[in-house]
Amino acid sequence: MKNRLKVLRAENDLTQADLAHKLEVSRQTVNAIEKGKFDPSLPLAFKISKLFQMPIEAIFQED
Amino acid sequence: MEEKSYNKQIKKNTKNLAIYTALWTISMAVATFGPIFIWGENKTLTFLGVLLNAVFGVFMILANIKHLKSLDELQKKIQLEGMGLALGVGIVGGLSYSLLDTTNLIAQDAEISFLVILIALTYLASIIIGHKRYS
Repeated sequence: MKNRLKVLRAENDLTQADLAHKLEVSRQTVNAIEKGKFDPSLPLAFKISKLFQMPIEAIFQED
Repeated sequence: MEEKSYNKQIKKNTKNLAIYTALWTISMAVATFGPIFIWGENKTLTFLGVLLNAVFGVFMILANIKHLKSLDELQKKIQLEGMGLALGVGIVGGLSYSLLDTTNLIAQDAEISFLVILIALTYLASIIIGHKRYS
């Protein structure tokens, strides 16, 4: 699954550590999601969606 | 930078787990070597040593559960893969090793410590590989 997390994080001037803190996950998890190595669960995807105030499908897309 | 509460909690739980693991390991050594080198034939002290070891073991398990619950979903996935592989290798390797003993294909008796070492090394290697895979 592709995602725009890295772009959105940069647009909001957040480091991976900042985003990890806001999402209450490890920095490694944020990094793995950004690189497409790990797909987040639905609750975490909703948390990301709420944080950036965008619908999930605008952040995550199928390959 | 604001204190990272998530990381702080993980560190606290990991530290607790390390403390109880150390206490369990030390109490295991005391219960094993105490009757040989310290108190000899005293059954009461030996029983207390074993009891103390079991109690620390229970605390270690509880600390491990708390530690696992505090991990995020990726870390839990890495742990699950590590534990699953360690369990599989432990069962298959342990039973094969036991068969070698019961069929007299090896000269010495099968030792449980070899199985524990095999499980521990498999778990360790799997956790390291898991972290590398997702980084």
